[in-house]
Amino acid sequence: MLTKRIIACLDVHAGRVVKGVQFVDIVDAGDPAALAARHAREGADEIVLLDITATHEGRQTLFDTVRRTALALFVPFTVGGGIRSADDAAQVFEAGADKVSVNSAAIADPALIEAIGRSFGAQAVIVAIDARRDHEAADPIRDAQVFVQGGRKPTGRRVVEWAREAEARGAGEILLTSMDSDGMRTGFDCELTAAVSEAVSIPVIASGGAGTVDHFVDVFGRGKADAALAASIFHFGVSSARSLKEELARAGVSVRLPC
Amino acid sequence: MRVTVIDYKAGNLTSVLKALRHLGAEAEVTDGDFAPVESAERIVLPGVGHFQATERLDVTGLTRAIRAAIARGVPFLGICVGMQWLYSGSTEARQQAGLGHFTEACTRFPDAGEKVPHVGWNSLEARAGSLLLAGVDAGEFVYFTHSYKAPVTTDAAAITHYIEPFAAAVERANVMGVQFHPEKSGTTGLKILGNFLAWEGN
Repeated sequence: MLTKRIIACLDVHAGRVVKGVQFVDIVDAGDPAALAARHAREGADEIVLLDITATHEGRQTLFDTVRRTALALFVPFTVGGGIRSADDAAQVFEAGADKVSVNSAAIADPALIEAIGRSFGAQAVIVAIDARRDHEAADPIRDAQVFVQGGRKPTGRRVVEWAREAEARGAGEILLTSMDSDGMRTGFDCELTAAVSEAVSIPVIASGGAGTVDHFVDVFGRGKADAALAASIFHFGVSSARSLKEELARAGVSVRLPC
Repeated sequence: MRVTVIDYKAGNLTSVLKALRHLGAEAEVTDGDFAPVESAERIVLPGVGHFQATERLDVTGLTRAIRAAIARGVPFLGICVGMQWLYSGSTEARQQAGLGHFTEACTRFPDAGEKVPHVGWNSLEARAGSLLLAGVDAGEFVYFTHSYKAPVTTDAAAITHYIEPFAAAVERANVMGVQFHPEKSGTTGLKILGNFLAWEGN
């Protein structure tokens, strides 16, 4: 049976893992390579490394960090942040990433999705979407507004139509972050996640708001998510992917165990 | 042990090479020159993306060299599209023939209201006696990402269920294929790659 994936996310700033609370107030949590290896050992199904400041400061992803992190990692490894062109993506793949995540650059030039997919396959392209419910829109959820540049800049794009366009252009997965929930530890935005997941055929990775096991049960059920991303729940010894998955299994969610 | 990895410009080889080297293999890459295939000890054909990309194997003469190597008994492992290429073809690119070592064709998952592609960790039911999957217990998980798949036949070395049962691995003597990505499947995947590297036949 296909299982729900728990993806450990490492938000990286200047080569160190940090975690934002609604994209501000960052706290140092360690070395990316060491943390990625630990998460994989402790049962994470995938690792995502997001260079959270790359777009804002116009920096390239730190290839050395990627190379060092990929070296002994034998689970799928995604890298995002600052990937603006197919050449940027090629460098990240060469450094050892299996997938790249594109966000701002895909909004600016949607053909980038096709360009990366042509060379590396659709499965290697994740389109990351940061969305915030728009209470002035006819449908605040399906018409949630898409933001770029780390949540700083509204785009006028609507979450469901953008997710569908990304799929049509050959995205392999959607990484959907609810800006309303991110960092709050009050639960995923299940309505937003379900709206996107039902609108596309590719997997949707839910992100933003994880705080308890029940939040994951919810997003895999009501939220129709195929995978869920979490960073803060894993850090500082709060939990491990394995213990999270054991609890999910007890709640009836199909997960990869033993792992 | 020496492994010849074939690059036909279908995706990224870094992860496969990293896993093979991690297991102690000396991995060399060829992207068109078929001389390394003629002297190969073992061959790995990775590949992600579109079946049409395998056209490059025909154009470069690699198809003929691989066919000869297989006939000599050289152990061969196809991964993902590399496995599908072992069949007669795929409905993904009907005009592009596969190697035809297995006579069936690969087809897309049927529309059943489930998501396609099939992405993520799914479990294996390995056939007893498979050398490739030796030591892999029932229910061990591996990582998949694909929309097309091979049918279940007597050559299937492992079956996985998604929408319908399909061949997660195929094995007939020295010719093996896996639909999943062993290089991305944790300790189970490394065990399977290790079995391939240790394969000496029956």
